[in-house]
Amino acid sequence: MGKVISSLDEVVQQIEDGATIVAGGFGLCGIPEKLISSLRDKGVKDLTVVSNNCGVDDWGLGLLLENRQIKKMVASYVGENKRFEQQFLSGELEVELVPQGTLAERLRAGGAGIPAFYTATGVGTEVAEGKEHKEFDGKTYIMEKGIVGDYAFVKAWKADPFGNLVFRKTARNFNPVIATAGKITIAEVEEIVGIGELDPDGIHTSGVYVQKVFVGENYQKRIEKLTTANS
Amino acid sequence: MTGRKLILERAVKEIQDGMCVNLGIGMPTLIANMIPEDVDVMLQSENGLLGIGAYPKETEVDPDLINAGKETVTAKAGASYFDSAESFSMIRGGHIDLAILGGMEVSGNGDLANWMIPGKMVKGMGGAMDLVQGAKRIVVIMDHVNKHGESKVKKNCTLPLTGQGVVHCLITDLAVFHFTDAGMELVELQNGVALDEVKEKTEADFTVSESLKQLD
Repeated sequence: MGKVISSLDEVVQQIEDGATIVAGGFGLCGIPEKLISSLRDKGVKDLTVVSNNCGVDDWGLGLLLENRQIKKMVASYVGENKRFEQQFLSGELEVELVPQGTLAERLRAGGAGIPAFYTATGVGTEVAEGKEHKEFDGKTYIMEKGIVGDYAFVKAWKADPFGNLVFRKTARNFNPVIATAGKITIAEVEEIVGIGELDPDGIHTSGVYVQKVFVGENYQKRIEKLTTANS
Repeated sequence: MTGRKLILERAVKEIQDGMCVNLGIGMPTLIANMIPEDVDVMLQSENGLLGIGAYPKETEVDPDLINAGKETVTAKAGASYFDSAESFSMIRGGHIDLAILGGMEVSGNGDLANWMIPGKMVKGMGGAMDLVQGAKRIVVIMDHVNKHGESKVKKNCTLPLTGQGVVHCLITDLAVFHFTDAGMELVELQNGVALDEVKEKTEADFTVSESLKQLD
């Protein structure tokens, strides 16, 4: 089937200026770190990036900010990144803040062929401005649109050659919905196993959503806030 | 007792045996360590974990296992992991019994502002707007007045809203209020606090419960 690639270069070379990238991860947990680094090295500009957060100053999606490759960021929380603040205040960077559940559902909808949906989240707040309001059974909802990216960047734990994916603990987060919401979905994983070796009952993301699989080495998996029982 | 301790000790009493609970980032997270051992609850973390355990020993730290505040945690027995869309199905679908959140301002009709201060860097609302619309009960904990002595319990919120009419219960260092369609009702006074002080430091209109309690 030829989904497994030995280098990210070829697929990342296809990404053009102005593309929309949807990327998994929560904070620095479960981020597609190899894909982000590869995109940084390629240097494409004017990207729209959809991801729950925008990394930190020197890691994760923060690397693309540092390199001034992002034109617009769609996220729910960006408070961990000083460079973000500078570029936002200077007008270089456009920002769309989306409530986290709405962001997850917009990606899920996009991936499921649902163009829009109604939600109570954001009613009566800035988020609702300019959006269609509709009442169902006496309660007000706003319409939110599905999101589909040109490329989806996914980080999983294990894959098989068909692209079936298994995630680990809370590194799953946005990755399964991101996987469904890309025209081309690239999954980077820590381990690839033979076809048939993953229990079909235990697969989190079906390979139908995944076009390319890459095995990364030496994952950094940086920890944002190390808290232990003694601290 | 400090104001913060009074707030936290009162807030933990909102948690009942058998509940699924989401604790907001910051001060509400501290409540996790105060839950009595005979109260069995599942704490939800919106990044995809129901059943947050204690902080890990140094040898147990796992970068793939964090809470919504991005702190390393463990998972307790009976915990489950899930993706972000499912996590917010739990929240938005009304399956979470209780959310305890921090506040910047609360108004007399139960509006909450807790995500943005105009003129300061916008950090984002994270999951707060989803939680206030979806969880069955919303408890807000905050100081009664700000550092300039101004009431944070307002007639109308001045900061951008997180949700309108969403607060069920407000716990401050001075008092506890409940919110119903009839408005805001003072139900408890913190230890050593007089009704007059609450009246003086509350900008919003409120009624006083006939069974007003003074906490020990």
